[in-house]
Amino acid sequence: MDAQFFFEVLLGGLLSGVMYSLVALGYVLIYKASGVFNFAQGSMVFFAALTTVGIHDMGVSLWLAVPLTMIVMIALGLAIEKFVLRPLVAQPEITLFMATIGLAFFVEGLAQAIWGAAVHPLELGIEDVPIQSVMDSTGIAISQFDLVAAGIAAALVTALAIFFSKTRIGRALRAVADDHQAALSVGIPLQQIWGIVWAVAGFVALVAGLLWGARNGVEFSLTFLALKALPVLILGGFTSIPGAIVGGLIIGASEKLAEVYIGPHVGGGVEGWFPYLLALLFLLVRPEGLFGERIIRRI
Amino acid sequence: MFYREAGQFKATYAEDNRIFTIRQDRIGFALILAAAFVLLPLIATHYIFEAILIPFLIFSLAAIGLNILTGYAGQVSLGTGAFMAVGAFGAYNLMLRIDGMPILLAFILAGLCAAAVGIVFGLPSLRIRGFYLAASTLATQFFIIWCVTKIPWITNHSASGVINAQKIEILGFAFDTPVTKYIFVLVIVSVMALLAKNLVRSNIGRSWMAIRDMDMAAEVIGIRPMYAKLTAFAVSSFYCGVAGALFAFAYLGSVEPEAFLLDLSFRILFMVIIGGLGSILGSFFGAAFIVLLPVFLSISVSFIESEVGHTLPSGIGSSIELMVFGALIIFFLIVEPQGLARLWQIGKEKLRLWPFPH
Repeated sequence: MDAQFFFEVLLGGLLSGVMYSLVALGYVLIYKASGVFNFAQGSMVFFAALTTVGIHDMGVSLWLAVPLTMIVMIALGLAIEKFVLRPLVAQPEITLFMATIGLAFFVEGLAQAIWGAAVHPLELGIEDVPIQSVMDSTGIAISQFDLVAAGIAAALVTALAIFFSKTRIGRALRAVADDHQAALSVGIPLQQIWGIVWAVAGFVALVAGLLWGARNGVEFSLTFLALKALPVLILGGFTSIPGAIVGGLIIGASEKLAEVYIGPHVGGGVEGWFPYLLALLFLLVRPEGLFGERIIRRI
Repeated sequence: MFYREAGQFKATYAEDNRIFTIRQDRIGFALILAAAFVLLPLIATHYIFEAILIPFLIFSLAAIGLNILTGYAGQVSLGTGAFMAVGAFGAYNLMLRIDGMPILLAFILAGLCAAAVGIVFGLPSLRIRGFYLAASTLATQFFIIWCVTKIPWITNHSASGVINAQKIEILGFAFDTPVTKYIFVLVIVSVMALLAKNLVRSNIGRSWMAIRDMDMAAEVIGIRPMYAKLTAFAVSSFYCGVAGALFAFAYLGSVEPEAFLLDLSFRILFMVIIGGLGSILGSFFGAAFIVLLPVFLSISVSFIESEVGHTLPSGIGSSIELMVFGALIIFFLIVEPQGLARLWQIGKEKLRLWPFPH
């Protein structure tokens, strides 16, 4: 087996895994704070990317379009919290999950109704070319774009970690995640916190949307990211931000390796289901994921 | 005034165990069956058969299947499309490879294939629950469709992956017109709906519901969770498999694997939610709703276009359809989590008292 080729595939997989983690992060945020598995996160990524491109196409510069989209995403997050989740408070988890499936459809439809269904390119000014210096010294091609994306993801995770551990709102968020009622009784405004979480999730969706949109073009297939992020979450655990990162890396790397080494024997296209199979096998051994909280149930 | 059970006494256990205990319900149901079997074939047009009635019945059957799993046994599944695909391609291969295969037997065997696949992919449900399970049923969805696309034997080495379903023929009688296809589907759906109704009222149906409501408590009172969950997966997949076979043979005709993507699974899940979780009747309501909604939307879009005088940009119709779908799901979950079936029940309660308020 060619070691250099192996490392190249592995690195490529790890870097694309970072991109999965970016999407998975949005899920973890919302799940941690409100116990809702937000199936619509992928649609929010799509919505964010499409809105940025749409505003940009109207002649606004990208530097202005991104903050404008951020405002839109925060508004969307707040609206979702107010109109969908608040009326569904205290419903079983699975009801909330199905509501977010409905939400995913709504957001997809909304994005396309406003901005049209055409495929848009998105230029961020970072080129998707191998870095020449690394290429020359080791012979392994690493995309510059992937590296920048990994850097952004790392920065985002660090920022979120600091936000969660050091700020007042972050502490309140963790309190809410731990126990809704106890948090309420010590005077933490629950609904305000949920609003903030959804707004932050909107922001994460925007970052993921920009990076994925720049890489693959802004089109409907961005919504399928939601499906890619699921095995990541299962591996990493639904409640853990480091879990989302590690899960993303594992899924990214193993999926690319499977595609390269198993794919040719079975006709290709392994990428589509391999992460799920991996996650499924993992679930059987450890149902709460790598870093997830242990689930304790009582009668 | 007309709809009340006063004076109708149940004197035997058999009477107490009836599906319709009230005489008016029985009459109403008989009228509906008569309309479906006699009146509709006489008056409906080809368009109504092919675009509304046949898909409605097939989706109802698939929705009953999913309802058994999700509504009665409480195991959320996003893999309905895959089970339907197993049924469709299974029936196709059985018809293709075995000479003189009777079509009904092929359908039953295809359903059993789907049930076997359902049991295999239901195994994780013994360890995991909730949306972890939903996520793992996605694995079914992707894996099965991948198999169908990648294994040429399944599609009989057709280059495009498209298969042409064989003609439906029983004892030399060909079901090839819309009316006869409709009757064929209607008979199968009626029989299977009756079976499902009785199944969920039986011992096994009650054990499913116990597992759904609280699996640990159910285990404590002596229900075997493994048996209950796997039978729910098997029966549900059987129904979905037969629905898939009908979908291919009586509705689509030529089938490609893309007909059974995740989108189909979601549509059937929506039927179950809108119709009512844990209700056989609700499955029919939900299917009718989801089948009629796009028709209604396209009619209203074209009506608006003719009123306003200029056409809407293309594609906006499908976007609006997505939005309406999504909004309705959320609306139903918030306002009436038990779906249209519950509204029907409320209506009947009101009718009993009518015209008096109390």
